[in-house]
Amino acid sequence: MSELLSSASRDPLLRVDNLVVEYPVGGRVLHAVSGVSLEVARGETLGLVGESGCGKSTLGRAVLQLRRPTSGRVLFDGEDLTVMQGDALRKMRRRVQLIFQDPIASLNPRRRIGDIVAEPLVISGVKDPKQREQLVDDVLGEVGLDPAIVKGRLPHEFSGGQCQRICIARALVLNPEFIICDEPVSALDVSIRAQILNLLEDMKARFGLTLLFIAHDLAVVKAVSDRVAVMYLGRLCEVAPSQQLFANPAHPYTALLIEAIPVPDPDVRPAESVAVGEPPSPIAPPSGCRFRTRCPRADRRCADEMPELREVAPGQFAACHHPLIGTA
Amino acid sequence: MNEPVLLSVEDVSVDLPTPRGNLRAVDHVDLTIGAGRTLGVVGESGCGKTMLSRAILQLLPKKAKLSGRVMFDGQDLVRLDPERLRKLRGRSLAVVFQDPMTSLNPVLTIGTQLIETLQEHLELDLAAAKMRSIELLAAVGIPAPEQRLLQYPHQLSGGMRQRVAIAIALSCEPKLLIADEPTTALDVTIQAQILDLLAREQRRRHMAMIIITHDLGVVAGRTDEVAVMYAGRIVERAPTHDLFKKMRMPYTEALLAAIPKIDAAPHTPLPAISGRPPDPTRPIPGCSFSPRCRYTTELCRREKPPLAEAESPAHRFACFHPIGAAAVVPA
Amino acid sequence: MATLELDIGEDVAVGPVRRTGRLGMLFWMAVGWLVLVFAVAALASLLPLPSPTDMDMLERRAPPSAAHWLGTDGLGRDELSRLIYGAQISLVVGVCAPIIGLVIGGTLGMLAGYFRGRFETLVVGSMDVLLAFPPLILVLAIIAFLGQSVLNLTVILGVLGIPAFMRVARATTLTLSRREFVIAAQALGATHARILLRELLPNVLLPLLAFFLLGVAVTIVVEGSLSFLGFGVPPPISSWGSMIGEGRESLEVAARLAFLPAVAMFLTVLAFNLVGDTLRALTDPRQGAL
Repeated sequence: MSELLSSASRDPLLRVDNLVVEYPVGGRVLHAVSGVSLEVARGETLGLVGESGCGKSTLGRAVLQLRRPTSGRVLFDGEDLTVMQGDALRKMRRRVQLIFQDPIASLNPRRRIGDIVAEPLVISGVKDPKQREQLVDDVLGEVGLDPAIVKGRLPHEFSGGQCQRICIARALVLNPEFIICDEPVSALDVSIRAQILNLLEDMKARFGLTLLFIAHDLAVVKAVSDRVAVMYLGRLCEVAPSQQLFANPAHPYTALLIEAIPVPDPDVRPAESVAVGEPPSPIAPPSGCRFRTRCPRADRRCADEMPELREVAPGQFAACHHPLIGTA
Repeated sequence: MNEPVLLSVEDVSVDLPTPRGNLRAVDHVDLTIGAGRTLGVVGESGCGKTMLSRAILQLLPKKAKLSGRVMFDGQDLVRLDPERLRKLRGRSLAVVFQDPMTSLNPVLTIGTQLIETLQEHLELDLAAAKMRSIELLAAVGIPAPEQRLLQYPHQLSGGMRQRVAIAIALSCEPKLLIADEPTTALDVTIQAQILDLLAREQRRRHMAMIIITHDLGVVAGRTDEVAVMYAGRIVERAPTHDLFKKMRMPYTEALLAAIPKIDAAPHTPLPAISGRPPDPTRPIPGCSFSPRCRYTTELCRREKPPLAEAESPAHRFACFHPIGAAAVVPA
Repeated sequence: MATLELDIGEDVAVGPVRRTGRLGMLFWMAVGWLVLVFAVAALASLLPLPSPTDMDMLERRAPPSAAHWLGTDGLGRDELSRLIYGAQISLVVGVCAPIIGLVIGGTLGMLAGYFRGRFETLVVGSMDVLLAFPPLILVLAIIAFLGQSVLNLTVILGVLGIPAFMRVARATTLTLSRREFVIAAQALGATHARILLRELLPNVLLPLLAFFLLGVAVTIVVEGSLSFLGFGVPPPISSWGSMIGEGRESLEVAARLAFLPAVAMFLTVLAFNLVGDTLRALTDPRQGAL
């Protein structure tokens, strides 16, 4: 497995090894993440795309140990987060931050913006209030907000886009190395979405960040990612550089996703969707390849044998017995 | 192009009193739609598109004040008495909402909800209603329809629930279907299926449809005409092809440009629209889009541009400096 | 996923929210009454009142006069003075008992809702056990065992109120714990204590306070009922409840002896209810919109 992924980088900042997250639901087991391995190189943006229920958000939280994985390892800068506890883990948290989907719910409705953005500094022990204030002012300015106007206000006085800027400021104030963005623009209007995406790109360049960008919107993911990983029902289907993935998808699910995107061009006839049926439940995932129940290329082998990620083209990996490119 | 006009919204405005002052949710909107045609209403949150659909359906909140007329099939819905209105809704005028989890009653089975509608409007007996329900569920692509009748909404997935909502909406063969963000809460692959379903059923029943959405992609291939709303007004309206290829209103242009395109290279900066959507409780004298528009002039800030015609009367826009044509000088 | 639909009325501008006065006349009248009652009860010893225990056997059940503004009761004691000193007792028990419930129940509820698991089951279970005892029997039994006193009464009523506060705190905490801002705090490496105190408590406090005010109203009535029955505060200490009880005997001759304390209790309870309801209404929509 490691030879396959080493082509991504020599010294990845984040390495996830066979992560499994399962939890009991009403007597049965929900397989949210079933053996995902991936790497993110320093300075890279890895996009993680999939529809609802595929486990991408759970994966993001499991990486940060906000939900302890059932098994597997998460190596951040060489150290295994899954075995860390207490203070060591807290120290690690300063280097990895998280941005959420619902910007307004991510802010404590009873605290002032200045306090919210200063909180990470307080937790990590920056004692001098003047120093804290300076850092808060700086970072608010970076995200395009005027600290004098914003600091004394409460979250409900701001729009979704502004709240997301505040969340980004909070994530940046400790100067982290790695940020996991969990659907950061899905809840925002189209016109604001573009602003926030541009802001993220800007901040990434300015602060030298590495990003794991989780979203369900392929076009959004493509706009900001260097490489993209596609997830379906707890497993990775395909991992490839962005351009390559969209130009020549190897996995039938990737092709399906790309095809389903509504294109804002009236000359492009929306194809009669090839998609059949609905995603199965993660409580009882299909045997073998989990996509087989909806795949036009599925056969016996797909039901009997779980496909593993393998290289089907230079730098492009797919978990499929009958990929669209490369050989079976 | 001369089908009979089924729905005509005439100079409709909706005002809502709020703790922060009066909110003009819909501002002098005119719209028509012919039988069997599809109209897309596009806008971001707060533009008034949902209030507009509620105004058409006469389902506005109690505090709202509506002015203007809504002529449906020859009757003014605003002045219609509640009993006749109730008979019209569900029967000739149907709705599909964004979130099927809240638009379906969670404590009633699917079957009960379907059968109830059928019995109420078509006066079918129980057996006939049940048969028809099964047919409808099959028509919207739900497998094993007989079993579904006994299930509750929470036992179905989001896509399935939306199909059920569509089945209920279609059950009485409506003349007009209003779909308010029907796929926003659904996954992209399910979205495509649901939109196909709506298009198919619409063709089959020769039904008029209004699709309300924030996604220009959804309306691009599936509508005959598109109206773009901003700050409670219609700022551009045209046959779909003309809107995308020959747009005049800078907001339409900016909206289209801000969508990340699937064929663009990664890390291309997106042409974002600066600023924020306007505050509907604080209207400004000029064009509502002027604070964010690249082509703003003093005139734009002073006066509201009227809806003017482009080359054809079907294409209207509200801008003093439309793209791709000479400036419109007010009379 | 759904776009954030701006709720009509939710403000978008950077300006601060100015709530137009929704606190009506009724609210302010209620506040006024409460301020009056509290002030008078607190300053009772400073006011030029005849002693509430001085019996003047010649002036029993006397009508209002210059010497006794509200007349005297069955034992010749000044009615106004008794009313005011009675307010002291009713308020002391009425406010202190729910405080016990608020502090203990609120804390238990927050901890249960945050940590969940076995601790939660233990807390909820014990509360259920407590609730299973018929409260009146429990009160009577404990009073019979420990004796009647204001302190005992306050403590018992306070303890009986713990489950209700626990429930409110737990419910609020459960909803809040799932919100992203709590997860964000965890992601920042905040300790549990910090999250409980700085993130959760400010949000749980308001609904708890609103509930507290309603709890005061209920407690005043409960204490009043117990005292009316003779099981509450021991004589010669009087509370409004016991005054109503004593006034029963004089209903034909001097009905005011029963009605005055009843009216006082009624107005006070009503005022607490109004203020509590208004507070709850004010805090709820804010929470809902967020």
